[in-house]
Amino acid sequence: MTDQWALVVGPGHRHDTDSSLLAAASLFGIDVAAITEHRLVHLRGTLDGDQLTRLADTLLIDPVGGWWKPAADLRHDAATVVETGLRPGVTDREGTELVRAAGQLGLDLDAATIGRRWVIEAGAAGGLDDATVAALAQRVLHNEVIERWSLDALPPGFVSDQPETPPTTIETVIGVDDDALLAISSRRRLGMNLVEMQAVRSHFADLGRDPTDAEMETIAQTWSEHCAHKTFRAAITVTDGEGNDLHQVDGLLKSYLRKATDTVDAPWVRSAFVDNAGIVAFDDEHDIALKAETHNHPSALEPFGGANTGVGGVVRDIIGVSAKPIAITDILCFGPSDLDPADLPDGVLHPRRIRDGVIAGIGDYGNKIGVPNVGGAIVYDPAYTTTPLVFAGCVGILPTGSHPTEPQPGDSIVVLGGAVGRDGVGGATFSSQTMQAETAEVAGSSVQIGDPIVEKGLIDVVMDARDAGLYTAITDCGAGGLSSSIGEMASELGADVDLDLVPRKYPGLAGWETWLSEAQERMVLAAPDPVPILALAHRWGIDGSVVGTFTGDGVLRVRQGDEAIVLIDCHFLHEGCPRHELTAVAQTTDAIDRADVAVDVEATTLALLAHPTVASKEATVRTYDHEIMGGTLVRPYGGAEGDGAGDGAATIPPGTSGDRAMVIGIGVNAVIGNHDAYAMAWHVVDEAVRNAVIAGADPAELSLLDNFAWGNPNDPETLGGLEAACRGCHDAALAFGAPFVSGKDSLYNVFVHPDGTADPVAPTLVLTAVGIAKSPEHIPVTGVLTPGDQVWLVGPAEGALRGSHLDLVLGADHGGSVPAPDPAAVDRHHQMAAAIASGLVVSAHDPAEGGLAVAAAEWALAGRLGLDLNLPPEPAVLFGEGPGRYLVEVAPEHADAFGAAVPSARRIGQVIEGDAVRIGDTTLTLPDIERAWKSP
Amino acid sequence: MTAPRVLIPVALGTNRDGDLADAFEAAGAQAERVPLEALRDGEHQLADFQILAVPGGFSYGDALGAGRLFGLDLVGWFGDQLRAAHEQQMPMIGICNGFQALVRAGLLPGDQPAVLTDNERGRFECRWVELGPEPGNDSIWLSDLDEPIRCPIAHAEGRFVAEAADALEARGGVALRYLVDGQPAEGSYPANPNGSARDIAGVTDPTGRVLGLMPHPENHVFARQDIQRSRRTGGQTLGLFAAAVRAVC
Repeated sequence: MTDQWALVVGPGHRHDTDSSLLAAASLFGIDVAAITEHRLVHLRGTLDGDQLTRLADTLLIDPVGGWWKPAADLRHDAATVVETGLRPGVTDREGTELVRAAGQLGLDLDAATIGRRWVIEAGAAGGLDDATVAALAQRVLHNEVIERWSLDALPPGFVSDQPETPPTTIETVIGVDDDALLAISSRRRLGMNLVEMQAVRSHFADLGRDPTDAEMETIAQTWSEHCAHKTFRAAITVTDGEGNDLHQVDGLLKSYLRKATDTVDAPWVRSAFVDNAGIVAFDDEHDIALKAETHNHPSALEPFGGANTGVGGVVRDIIGVSAKPIAITDILCFGPSDLDPADLPDGVLHPRRIRDGVIAGIGDYGNKIGVPNVGGAIVYDPAYTTTPLVFAGCVGILPTGSHPTEPQPGDSIVVLGGAVGRDGVGGATFSSQTMQAETAEVAGSSVQIGDPIVEKGLIDVVMDARDAGLYTAITDCGAGGLSSSIGEMASELGADVDLDLVPRKYPGLAGWETWLSEAQERMVLAAPDPVPILALAHRWGIDGSVVGTFTGDGVLRVRQGDEAIVLIDCHFLHEGCPRHELTAVAQTTDAIDRADVAVDVEATTLALLAHPTVASKEATVRTYDHEIMGGTLVRPYGGAEGDGAGDGAATIPPGTSGDRAMVIGIGVNAVIGNHDAYAMAWHVVDEAVRNAVIAGADPAELSLLDNFAWGNPNDPETLGGLEAACRGCHDAALAFGAPFVSGKDSLYNVFVHPDGTADPVAPTLVLTAVGIAKSPEHIPVTGVLTPGDQVWLVGPAEGALRGSHLDLVLGADHGGSVPAPDPAAVDRHHQMAAAIASGLVVSAHDPAEGGLAVAAAEWALAGRLGLDLNLPPEPAVLFGEGPGRYLVEVAPEHADAFGAAVPSARRIGQVIEGDAVRIGDTTLTLPDIERAWKSP
Repeated sequence: MTAPRVLIPVALGTNRDGDLADAFEAAGAQAERVPLEALRDGEHQLADFQILAVPGGFSYGDALGAGRLFGLDLVGWFGDQLRAAHEQQMPMIGICNGFQALVRAGLLPGDQPAVLTDNERGRFECRWVELGPEPGNDSIWLSDLDEPIRCPIAHAEGRFVAEAADALEARGGVALRYLVDGQPAEGSYPANPNGSARDIAGVTDPTGRVLGLMPHPENHVFARQDIQRSRRTGGQTLGLFAAAVRAVC
């Protein structure tokens, strides 16, 4: 007969106390001496005592040093115990595998979940009261979005504990007033405005019936900002803020981003903006696919799961254009890690916890799916405390022309991947709304955790299916679930879906929940014959099912049992969303004269090196696998000791000749946009290009990805900044001759406090440049290499100081101008790239955040050699930031050729033995530089 | 003469199978990545191959401890084939998760219980390490290695703990140890990246035909893969794979 057990499994030789937990507790003023982590295993099945022992001995404990006990028998005198576990229905790979493995041993186990028992020993201050332990549990040991906790024995969270849900309901929209329409949008959390709700009312009035819940949810998801990019398609009137119209923008996407691509008309672009990812040519036989995404809202609530599924989502975008993922990037923006908890707003996780969770989530997904994480950035700013940002990018490789995009009437709809549950229901609409202090409570189901090993299997299945020509179209199943993926694939043909064919994790899901479930790790394919695809899926250990057909009648029909719960005309669904009309106030630049501030060169350089945004991220990068696939040429950290900062990334895609490398450069800025978003766009494009050039790319053949993270576009001033940034992207793209091929905007990044005040995000733009290194053997090394080599500076010595990291370190805005757009920088990039391709450059480094002095210090440290540089001690020279500049190491015998190849370059010093970095009259030492740069 | 065939079994979550195939191909073998489901369905028998190479990754997401379930699969589904291949002295290698799986399956060290457990620092790390082949170990896998090799590690559970490490050393079962600039790492981080006792990075079974190691030699087969490109030469690992391929030709 079925029984239940709770076991505690000891750490044995395992790592039992995580010092970061103690540090986190200390941050919240909780004094604990030790926290020991035991696994808490809940089992349900039909087992006798011997069988239970066999299960635990074989599957739970380590053969050397491991132990287990019934949870009730294990006492922890003089210590406090907290038990935590996943909420029912949250993806639980360990529990699933335990049931599977028990079956392999012939044991009758029908459910298992694995949580934690934390044994907490008080610090010197003595006993811990219940309130303190509760605070520890809530702030450090668990996240209520996906987990539960208890001071007593935690009840098992078996999935079948899910409550039943009601059947399909009808939403009455015909004949109701506008307030009632908005009430429906609000109650269902649809995120739809009045004009949109009126369009729905009108459409269904014409049909003479009210919509079902599933239809309302389908429309809301299809029309969400996340899926429909309403703001980027809206008609915008730009005014001067005083009632005068300045100009009209016929959609930011159409007028700026796509227009730049059309104007550049680059021959290497295979596909831009129309698919899951952009596709560009790599060599005569291969294309590369590229995409960057944001996953901000989920990461704010559940940092590990949010970032984890952010990576999973962007990797699926690449699989969704039939490409094999070969590189991951991540750009992260956090509040200060040392923020005083007293200053932490209600409803917000501490920045340190968000940082640790996000980094762990990104590492977990990339490491497990087996795609190298080759580069990125971490930016710290108080503006990100309530609205942290997570950008994840992915690049893939595919044989030229191997991605089919035309589903045919009669094709089967094949879903590959796991079963659905209430995971992330409403994610698309959720990510398109502002966050409020109580969002964590109501949005629990909007966050999911990933299962990367299933996605690894999806890659294998899809690559084999592609090579065998088994499908006519493919897309990933992300925000909006099947509603979004099947809906988009069927936007012209129509489809007939039977939800009874969709595998579910547990009973009790409403039809609309099955239809919109954002259960991760699924791909949707259109297949003339599904049988061979399902056979491939079985071979790779991946579930697959046929859930319907593409019809050709232009109607989206979703059935559950005998009932049609969705019956919508595809044209209305995809074209019926009223176009938004928005007003923007033009952003005015705010340049003022720079105050005369005395700056100590040595102290300031060291302070800049220690600024969290500038400082070494090696400890983070080491938790990401950047070597897998064996193609990585330029790593995030390299140089003499493997700890020197690289610029850009280069990798040889598997299956290619090896004569070419794929190169990625990234630019990001969070400060300049507050002053001049137009200039910020140029600034980040230039930074991305510099990084790509140093990693060997030819700047004449770059492709760009844009990622905007902005506030509420209904605020005219916020929209004014966004308009300026898009215009800057357009102008910079034309100047650089580099097309945008894909992008993603994340809007409504605003946190609303309980008192109604709002924190908008720091307007942030991430630019990713992807290109090709045609002479991989000549890619400059990371860090200076040879004493006696000359040091050259490409570009002007002076940079700009407005919005610089110097002012962040000085703690005040001292005025001046932001880095001005510099079309002449384009020539310098081309000259520099030509010099690299000719083998004239030994090493190079990009003066970015912090300027020349910081770059010189990082570069010397990376090579463990000194530098002797002749630069005047002027802040604009040493700490200014600006476009088109490089520090370059040139061997003496190549000096003349380099000078001729890069006319704007001038010699400023040389590489020397020893550990002195001399900048004019100031000398820094490598140990001081290392201490500052690696400070926490 | 036809190239020897290498079986690379793939569990759900295995992910360095392609890297390992590339390395064996570079060493002159014909490497085949085959999912466990296909092996269960009888698509291939282990006896059809000359070398077994169990690759790295996160089989089953490291659920219940890295390599445990992959090891259970190997023993539970293919135990007879494995025993037969072992008796016929088929060279076998397990790298990273493959090493963990072979330890869980009891093939390594083969004569005593051992475990690969959490790194001393308690987290996943990816970094390059230097490895010295143990002079007293006469395994075929090491026969071409006459100098230290360098390659990356990428694991969270790589700290080797044997029940009787003295006995393991006494029988010459240690295959590779972590070094720093050619000298013993002596437990120092990061040269010994996971805190393994006695700097043990790899071990062989009593026959010397089965090698397991945590680092990834399959990622430094070519000079271009070297993180120290332009700063150092040598340290490549092709010899490891080539020696085994030659041994079965």
